[in-house]
Amino acid sequence: MNNKDSVGIVEPSSVSFKDPLRLECGKELKGFELVYETYGKLNNENSNAVLICHALSGNHHAAGYHKDSEKRAGWWDSLIGPNKAIDTNKYFVVSPNNLGGCHGTTGPKSINPDTNKFFGPNFPVLTVRDWTNSQAMLADHLNIKAWHAVIGGSLGGMQALDWSMAYPERIKKAGVIAAAPKLSAQNIAFNEVARQAITSDPDYQEGNYLLENTSPKSGLRLARMVGHITYLSDESMKSKFGRELKEEKLGFGFDAEFQVESYLRHQGDVFSDTFDANTYLLMTKVLDYFDPADEFNGDLINAFEPILAQVLVLSFSSDWRFSPSRSKEITDALIGAKKKVSHIEIESSLGHDSFLFPEERYVEVLKAFLGSPS
Amino acid sequence: MKTAEVIENWVSSGSRILDLGCGDGSILEALKLNKSVDGYGIEIDKENIQACLEKGLEVIEQNIDEGLTNFQDKSFDTVLVSQTIQVLKNPKQALEEITRIGHQSIIVIPNFGHWRSRLTVFLGGKMPVTETLPDKWYETQNIHLCTVADFENLCTELDITVEEKKILNAEGKVSSISSGWSNLLSSAVIYRLSR
Repeated sequence: MNNKDSVGIVEPSSVSFKDPLRLECGKELKGFELVYETYGKLNNENSNAVLICHALSGNHHAAGYHKDSEKRAGWWDSLIGPNKAIDTNKYFVVSPNNLGGCHGTTGPKSINPDTNKFFGPNFPVLTVRDWTNSQAMLADHLNIKAWHAVIGGSLGGMQALDWSMAYPERIKKAGVIAAAPKLSAQNIAFNEVARQAITSDPDYQEGNYLLENTSPKSGLRLARMVGHITYLSDESMKSKFGRELKEEKLGFGFDAEFQVESYLRHQGDVFSDTFDANTYLLMTKVLDYFDPADEFNGDLINAFEPILAQVLVLSFSSDWRFSPSRSKEITDALIGAKKKVSHIEIESSLGHDSFLFPEERYVEVLKAFLGSPS
Repeated sequence: MKTAEVIENWVSSGSRILDLGCGDGSILEALKLNKSVDGYGIEIDKENIQACLEKGLEVIEQNIDEGLTNFQDKSFDTVLVSQTIQVLKNPKQALEEITRIGHQSIIVIPNFGHWRSRLTVFLGGKMPVTETLPDKWYETQNIHLCTVADFENLCTELDITVEEKKILNAEGKVSSISSGWSNLLSSAVIYRLSR
């Protein structure tokens, strides 16, 4: 662990909301628990708070280490910390685990107060707006009237965009990174394969695996493997693995022989040990449903009408999951709606996952955007 | 009076500006400060883009040569094109787009017809290197240089009206040369166009 540029040891916080939360699906959550981490200090004016929105499989642990022995830092540690892109010397960074998650925030693994059993597959299907609303409650709890910025990549970028539409007065800057205005049929198709992998696992038990004491690990593992392919680029896979074999010769069998196979299997293994299958299903649905233009007859420009924030739309050249042209759709609609928007495309060979790595220009752009007068 | 002042005079307060090839954003920043304009800079140079972001300006990383179809008709009060038109691959098409997007366009071009440029070509047999054309032929980005006369002919061809023009001398200041001599005596010209 490197102390110099790290926020160091962090401890998650938790807030319990007793008020019911009305969800977009029409159902209601009778109170909920939200787990979050914070880095840096809130200033006297409460004006330096930055909200971090995580992606599909992320959680509240975005930076630093949970304990000295923890080998891997938080998922966005490369960008959050002292003097980093999201500078904790300047900003009070808040990183919650989204509702429906499986790392402490109320979700399918939690007990449903109505039945005293796990929510499991009965946890309400959520939307990005539900998350935004729950995060607004967190902002109230932390006495933050307006975020200096809301930033996220991928699904987190959509979340940042939603914030600017839902609470225009409460957000000064929105960092919309590697996102899209809605999923394409191809995006939904990949999500559906992931969902089918999970639900067709016999151990899934129609979602009641916690009750049945089983675990749909092989389904979750497969779902992650499919997803992971879409996070990388052909180029990065080629340079990382090529057609390299684990052994010297072909084995003429069906074991993992190519390095890329064992890499994917490993990723799937690690993920299925720590993630909840129902949460994964839920998160992919949230992604599929995101479409702010829908209630405006498909007109994104109208959907963006309420926005007051300064928006940075950032894409990566090798991202094919949410390609630069998808980001351009967001930018063009913001221009059409006469909103404040800057648009940057970063050269990177790392595919969709690029948003997780501190490429030099990416860091400089984020720094300038966060630090500039708005 | 210098170029920046001419531009400021032609831009109305609180209007919307699209600055094509905005450079480090100096002009846009001054217009924001002095005329409370809103708008975007379009740029492809990474260092210039960074400078714009640091100034808190809205900047779009976009190659003008690849088109401007993402901007709607008459969606800006002014489209500003300062020292950019001559570096474009297709200035004619760009000019059509510029006048489609803006109610008015302000265009600054270096004049290849200036007497010193002519003299260098005809007597010296070399491409001119002047204040407004500072680079050697092999390093210049100016791939479509024209004279004032050429540019105005193109405007006529495209049905574009020259509303106003200011002539700049070699020091980059507005000079009082009469319009008839501009092709020979101006080193750059600022146009206010409409269509």
